[in-house]
Amino acid sequence: MRRKSLKYALFMQGGVLLLLFLLQFFLPAYHHSSFSKIMILASYAIGYNFLLGYTGLMSLGHAMFFASGMYSAGLSIFYFGFTPLEGMIFGTLFTLTVSLIFGLFALRTKAVSFLIVTLMFGQTFYLAILYYNEFTYGQDGFSLTDYLGTLSILGKEYLYSDPAIRYNFALILLASYLLITTLIVLSPVGRILIAIRENEPRTQLLGYNVFSYKLFALTFSGTLAGISGAMHALLYSYIGTTFAEIHHSISPLLWTLLGGAGTIIGPLLGTGIMFYLIDFISGITSNYLLVVGVVLVLTIIWFPLGIMGTIRQKWLKWLP
Amino acid sequence: MVFLALLDGTVTAFVLALIALGLSLVFGVMRIVNVAHGEFFMLGAVLSWFAYHWTGDALWGFILALLVAPVIVGVIAVLSERYILRKVHYNPESTIVATIGILYVIQQLTLMLFGPEARPVEAPIYFRVVFPWFGYSGYKLLVAAMSGLCLCGVWILMKRSKLGLYMRATQQDHEIATTFGVPTKKIYASVFALGGGLAALAGVLVVPIRQADHLMGLEPLLLSFIVVIIGGLGSLRGTIIAAFLIGISDGIISVFYEPTLAKMLATLFVVMILIIKPGGLFGESPQ
Amino acid sequence: MNKKEEEKVDQQSELNLSRRTVLSTGAALAGAGIIGSQLIDPAAKTAYAAGSDEPIRIGFQAHRTGIGALYGRWYERTTNAAAKYINSIGGIAGRPIEIITEDDGTDPKRGADVVEKLATKHKVDFVYGTLFSHVVMGSAPRAGELKIPYFVVSEGYHVASGALNRYVFQPCITDVRSQITAVANWIFSNLGKNVALIYPDYAFGYDHRDYASAAAAKSGAKITAKIAIPPTASSFTRYFIQIPKNTDVIYHVMVGPGVLTFVREMGEHFGSVDVFEHYGSKHLKLFGFIDSLEGVNINSPGLEFLDGSHFWEAMPRYADGYPTAAEKFYRDTVGIDDSGASKSDSKDVAAYSHMFGCWETLFAIKEAVEQSGYKSKKDYQTLIETFEGFSGFNEGIAHPQGSKVFSGKTHQCYGQQFVSQVKNGKFNVVHRTSIADGMYEPETDYTKKSL
Repeated sequence: MRRKSLKYALFMQGGVLLLLFLLQFFLPAYHHSSFSKIMILASYAIGYNFLLGYTGLMSLGHAMFFASGMYSAGLSIFYFGFTPLEGMIFGTLFTLTVSLIFGLFALRTKAVSFLIVTLMFGQTFYLAILYYNEFTYGQDGFSLTDYLGTLSILGKEYLYSDPAIRYNFALILLASYLLITTLIVLSPVGRILIAIRENEPRTQLLGYNVFSYKLFALTFSGTLAGISGAMHALLYSYIGTTFAEIHHSISPLLWTLLGGAGTIIGPLLGTGIMFYLIDFISGITSNYLLVVGVVLVLTIIWFPLGIMGTIRQKWLKWLP
Repeated sequence: MVFLALLDGTVTAFVLALIALGLSLVFGVMRIVNVAHGEFFMLGAVLSWFAYHWTGDALWGFILALLVAPVIVGVIAVLSERYILRKVHYNPESTIVATIGILYVIQQLTLMLFGPEARPVEAPIYFRVVFPWFGYSGYKLLVAAMSGLCLCGVWILMKRSKLGLYMRATQQDHEIATTFGVPTKKIYASVFALGGGLAALAGVLVVPIRQADHLMGLEPLLLSFIVVIIGGLGSLRGTIIAAFLIGISDGIISVFYEPTLAKMLATLFVVMILIIKPGGLFGESPQ
Repeated sequence: MNKKEEEKVDQQSELNLSRRTVLSTGAALAGAGIIGSQLIDPAAKTAYAAGSDEPIRIGFQAHRTGIGALYGRWYERTTNAAAKYINSIGGIAGRPIEIITEDDGTDPKRGADVVEKLATKHKVDFVYGTLFSHVVMGSAPRAGELKIPYFVVSEGYHVASGALNRYVFQPCITDVRSQITAVANWIFSNLGKNVALIYPDYAFGYDHRDYASAAAAKSGAKITAKIAIPPTASSFTRYFIQIPKNTDVIYHVMVGPGVLTFVREMGEHFGSVDVFEHYGSKHLKLFGFIDSLEGVNINSPGLEFLDGSHFWEAMPRYADGYPTAAEKFYRDTVGIDDSGASKSDSKDVAAYSHMFGCWETLFAIKEAVEQSGYKSKKDYQTLIETFEGFSGFNEGIAHPQGSKVFSGKTHQCYGQQFVSQVKNGKFNVVHRTSIADGMYEPETDYTKKSL
């Protein structure tokens, strides 16, 4: 079953990725750039989903990880003259450390307390960026445009902001996230995480060290979010506190729930739908956040499993 | 200087206690976290502006708002309890998501009807209390007094009335309470309405000191989270003690430290309390 | 207003630019780049008829919601009034002007998306109109990548500091650094030398903190306290406590939804007798930046204590503060009464010291398009180079706030500033600075950056 599941899953994801790859040659400029954005944000949501969907831990502080990847990559490039690649690596390691330390503390709490602890930690991180404004440029943030240089591929020089670079980097990021989470979810480790989600005390009784599995899930999820943040910094060259705010923590929750928590492809779908929904509504009214609220409420009442979750329940049982 | 910090802190504490009380009640009895609580506060303030605008008189507008705003917000609370929270079976995490949704809906509807700007509401009375080397708003003292009255009111309600008895019973054990004939569904609805109404009341009281705008709900929400957590989730006495602790220490700390740093430390402090003592400082039982 | 009157107004306003001001701004203004007088070209109307029907599309990034909403509303009104007027006099280079507005929620993240949407979906010629500095910071890189000229009306020092890119211009509103440089000496010599600064705890406030401190150091004044207030604060008394007793002047600037509360609590705290009653054993004076009171009626209850205190204004709110014909024409066209409120609702007070920037910037764009012969997006380079070649704008209908000196290096303008005193429930101008008072050495040179 699991092998078959893996085969089907990889087949389907491959199809989606191939489609996304081909689409870049046909999409008009605006949708081309929207798709790049969706893929970056979806990878953030995939990281989030790893924690919520597969381990059953709901966080309201993931913007902290996104921002920590973004700021550590951005600041190291800005101040220490790191190359973008070095910045990415530094950003990844830094976020890994942050999420590990955070996990050691936060995982001592459960359920609602965990939620509030993540929320509060996220808020502290946000305030810290504001407080050290002489270093971080506070609420205004800063731009990396002059610090990134160019990227040379096959002897040709490209800017990081080049639409094609942006699209394909986002696609590569998305593809690797999809692949790696699928592999982990279908591995023994993934089974244990799901067991924790379903019944934590029983998993504990079976002799598994629940805490370290949870710590792994949290660190992994946080690091994925951080890498997305670092990538966002490179491709969009703006770093600001707006990415550390509470709203940016609620977003991946919304995308994941809508698309289907605990499904691999769900967050991508959820992100895409919300992006275009907001884009469409904001053309009609300034109150586009109303839609966010309504979608959240309706989803949680009628589709608690999300779109892909409902599809899996009804038709595609093998969906990971 | 310290005296003024204390005075200002005490006023903050009274208001904070009133706002946090609703959140604490809801958490205590229903075991859910209402993220839309700040929006109920905001609605109180905004309705107060409408009352002021409609009557054209500060005093009558204030009285009208005081009577009507908690009721309207209570009704909204009951509706969202009946049609949303009950549907998700008060599952803690689903409720949080649902109330985040309610938060956005209320906030954006207010934006539509009220507009994006901050609007002032005149205080029903305006006088300045003069101390030797500085002055203080008389209305602020009145707000503190009225908050105190409301707190006493809720206290009596909880300890002396049948509703209070039912609420306490439900809080202790929901299933046993049901077996003993406590109409828990109705109790849930009333508690949620009461929580919303208290927040709205706080909004009406506070709005003359500041202005009404559709984004004003977030800050009181975070603050009352802090208060409720430190006070112990669901403990009324703890909530009130914590409100004073936070209000007064915040007043003093922000005199000596930079405000952003003070906020950061306070938030971090709360996190540590939750981690070390998940039941809060005055919590009856860790959940 | 018919064309004859318009020409008359324009001549009048030019006379209003006092001889001293022109001389003091130095040779810069005398250069060939001075423009503006030919703005109302009698031939324009015919040109419009003969010109292409294809409109010049200007994307307006507006703060309709979020903390900038008050300013956003007035920016939108001013922009629409200016566009309507420009169309009535023949449009831009004979082409009608079309404004496409998108809300950015005063959020940098959304701001960048809005720039993208305006450029690639609505295919506008230029993006324009942003106020809040963090939104500018968030949006400017995208404008640079999309290679679309981006005209901001933001007051921030970020353009002139060199932190942005060659596509970003701030041609018609002075930056905070220049404003402070212009009025600081007036404060120190007229109000007092021991100054406590109160400012919002983010970049806009830090500019105030840094440049006011620098100006103080230069002229031997002392900063007694630097008090940063978080933008979300709703109670301010605790911050006023921190002002030390040896202070003569409180220098205050605030933005956001809490401004009225801020000013009121200041009054409650310090009192109201002739500027300020005893604070310790001293009399305190107040100097505010009008940002603390933009959109706020000066006669609101609780503000009586402001009587006698001073404010910086970029453009006097009351019509008698700077009574030129161009100012009157601008005021009427946007729909503002003599006391700075909307003509249709006297409670709706304008953001008068900021919104003129929208009006003037649209005219500056018009000028640049017409001078460079801009036709379509492929002419961006010529347009930008033409713009960088400008050395200023003449006072007139196009620039009712006053003449501007423009620096092509920093993409930033310099202009005159006003100091007003509150008396009898209104602002009265007591001092007008020259353009030169607010000038500083450029710290960057955008013309050397790539396009």
